[in-house]
Amino acid sequence: MKIIVNLNKGLKPLAQAVNAIPIFGKYMQRTSKSTRLSLQAQNNRIGWLLVLPSLLIILAVTAQPILSTFYLSFFDASTSPNLPREFIGLENYTDLMTNRVFWATIQRTLYFMVVSVGLELLLGMGIAQLLHTRPFGWQFLRISLIIPWALPTIVNGAMWRWIYNADYGALNALLQQLGIIKSYVPWLIDPARAMNLVILADIWHTVPFVALVLQAALATLPAEMEEAAAVDGANAWQRFWRIRLPLLRPAILVILIIRSVEAFRVFDIVYVVTNGGPAFGTVTASYLTYQETFTYGKLGSGAALSFMISVVTLIVAFFYIRFLYRPGENA
Amino acid sequence: MTNRSKMVSRFGYFLLTIPVLLFIYLPVAWLLISSTSTRAELLTVPLDWIPANPSLQNYSDILFSGSEASDAAIVFKTTLRNSFVVASSVTAISLFFGSLAAYALVRIQFRFRKGLLYGILGTRMIPEISLVIPLYIIASQLRILNTPYVLIATYLSFTLPFAIWLMASFFETIPIELEDAARIDGCSWLETLFKIILPISSPGLISTGLFVFLLAWDEFFFALIFTSNEAAKTVPVAIAEFTGRYVVDITAMMTGGVLAALPPVILALVFQRYIVRGLTAGAVKG
Repeated sequence: MKIIVNLNKGLKPLAQAVNAIPIFGKYMQRTSKSTRLSLQAQNNRIGWLLVLPSLLIILAVTAQPILSTFYLSFFDASTSPNLPREFIGLENYTDLMTNRVFWATIQRTLYFMVVSVGLELLLGMGIAQLLHTRPFGWQFLRISLIIPWALPTIVNGAMWRWIYNADYGALNALLQQLGIIKSYVPWLIDPARAMNLVILADIWHTVPFVALVLQAALATLPAEMEEAAAVDGANAWQRFWRIRLPLLRPAILVILIIRSVEAFRVFDIVYVVTNGGPAFGTVTASYLTYQETFTYGKLGSGAALSFMISVVTLIVAFFYIRFLYRPGENA
Repeated sequence: MTNRSKMVSRFGYFLLTIPVLLFIYLPVAWLLISSTSTRAELLTVPLDWIPANPSLQNYSDILFSGSEASDAAIVFKTTLRNSFVVASSVTAISLFFGSLAAYALVRIQFRFRKGLLYGILGTRMIPEISLVIPLYIIASQLRILNTPYVLIATYLSFTLPFAIWLMASFFETIPIELEDAARIDGCSWLETLFKIILPISSPGLISTGLFVFLLAWDEFFFALIFTSNEAAKTVPVAIAEFTGRYVVDITAMMTGGVLAALPPVILALVFQRYIVRGLTAGAVKG
């Protein structure tokens, strides 16, 4: 509360200073009276004035680059400035479409996305339900969830890489001392297992987000419906599937889409935990693009790859905006 | 339900929280233990979980060492400062321009408002990787590669749309009557914004500022591509570089990890109310 009060005090001089600038103060009204601008024209002017700085920044750092990437994807271009760029039409795309490595990577990325988002949703839902029953110490649990969520992705990755270490890792030490394994296991040597362990590291980092959002959504649900259903003899399981889950649908949808988009473009955690290894077993779409562009210097083909990633994410974004930003409008 | 069975089920649920807490805290505990152990202690098999003489030596090596400090330690301190500079600048810029735009987008009926709103929201979904090549080319032409400026400018590509989106959802919760009253009293749109809306939106501003700061602090990919030495390198890049070397650097890596995690974790814990509010404003609406 203290912070809010202080901020209010801080804003007052700011507002006065702003009013001293002619255009920000009474000026707008005087002009509107003198020139009899219509309300609509005035709104257009102010609206665009307020949006313009953001719009220019976004055009410069987002719209222009994405269009350049698209343009570049039709060229055979390399990072070396001396080599000429050659227009090759759709060749970068057709090369990718006929490349086994590309499809294996897409498959791997989808596996990462489906498994990690699926497990996150399951675990997050479980934890949210648990919090909702308000067991002893639930507030401590809720605060604790914030720690993995706030931990930087790279620190999380470094931590798990050390835990998985083949010779001195905590996972080996723990499992051996519990008698589950006889000798230390080099966890990250098998591609499939490495992928699953990267997923585990990602889940640890992101389940709290899912749990906190679902818990907040649960707290807004009306209790009466479930109470009435309980009176009518519905058991806890039926109440969950028939009442609670349908009411949580909007929140679940948001989580699914936000997390799916993020998971499809996963890069950081792969880079730190496995570096894409072993034997390219954890190379995801973003990681492949990174290698293609910055390791092999193939700008054109990297651009084609990254443009395809954007298209996939934008399709998901379309659904996101269409169905979620204002759920009321689509009902 | 009787009181007694209620108590029993409450206790049963409490037991279920224990594995969740273990799942959260075991890795964190190991991170902290690793940062307060010596290399020799960490490299013993079988492992002694609790170090014989836990010490903050690793921290003082990184933070306070003078001339005898290793290069990696000196670089790490600089990267912490770079991260602070970049994340704070990005937060200030995103909050200022973002709330102006968000206010116009939710409150002022101007032409192309809807299209702009959806367009800006859509850019949130563009992955960094499809922006990085042209941004790299432009930055090298402007000769700002390996400076904080390139990171501040490029981070805006994801923080600004995010700030607009979050502030827009906060502004929408403010009753329109409040503004109508101010407008009738003769306030211009901007007076209404600065005198009425922003002061009562301070929880929203704090939430948005926190999220943007955390996003910028967490960012890795642009920093990896655009920076090459301590002039602009950020903490995540410094930590990722530790992983490139073998286990010899494990204490430095874990200590650096804790130091990198402290600012966001402390901020998130102190302002947890705002975090939860932000999560719900952003994700759970209507």
